[in-house]
Amino acid sequence: MSSEPGKTTSWKRQFDLASSRTDIDVAVGEVLQACTDLGMEEPATFAIRLSLEEAMANAMTHGNGGDETKRILLDCHIDADQVVMAIQDEGPGFDPDTVPDPTADENLTIASGRGLALIKAFMTHVEIPRPGNRLELVFERS
Amino acid sequence: MSQMLHVDDAGGVLEVSFLEKNILDESNIQQIGKELDEAVQGQNSRNMIINFGNVEHLSSAALGILITMNNRMADMGGQMCLANIRPEIYEVFKITKLDRIFSIHETAKAARDDLS
Repeated sequence: MSSEPGKTTSWKRQFDLASSRTDIDVAVGEVLQACTDLGMEEPATFAIRLSLEEAMANAMTHGNGGDETKRILLDCHIDADQVVMAIQDEGPGFDPDTVPDPTADENLTIASGRGLALIKAFMTHVEIPRPGNRLELVFERS
Repeated sequence: MSQMLHVDDAGGVLEVSFLEKNILDESNIQQIGKELDEAVQGQNSRNMIINFGNVEHLSSAALGILITMNNRMADMGGQMCLANIRPEIYEVFKITKLDRIFSIHETAKAARDDLS
């Protein structure tokens, strides 16, 4: 990350999105472009994209029940040290402690339930404050 | 919905390649599941290689389709192999421990050799 005068070193944006693939694609695209503009490369951008896609898909499908009229709020702040993202839906929320461990032997051949595990693996820090309809993700760049 | 897969039946093995780089959109993933079903129904082959050579990103929902197809191939007495997976995506399989249930090979040729 350069600290040259006049060179942008941070980016902040709030999105108010419909629960639709079109809106999600636009928002994810803007976040990834900002990551690239601020000097991030793979595998960091892979981790950001995967986590954001999983969180948005959960918000759209589970949180908002596929109802396109319900909104997804995305806050994203990128600086030299970290990427901070918060994804909030209009659903009632969920208790992350009740989500089965998809890596347990008895769950390995079940077709769903891996999104949150992937987010936790690729992000530095994950918070799901009550009532559980908001994911707060931090990715440390160093 | 446009076609998502290229399917080649050679030597009794179905080799499936993705036409899209990103396997993320739920409707695209459902289409992939449908095309995989059609590929298995339309052929006598009992073995399948899924070639990830073109894939840059995939979602957990895409993993679900692969698991469903792997279960189905096993029920048919066949085998499914995955090949050509880039390192970042292979990490997804490792994190989810799916590398323990899928037969994963560096190249499609290595997968074909394993199936022969």
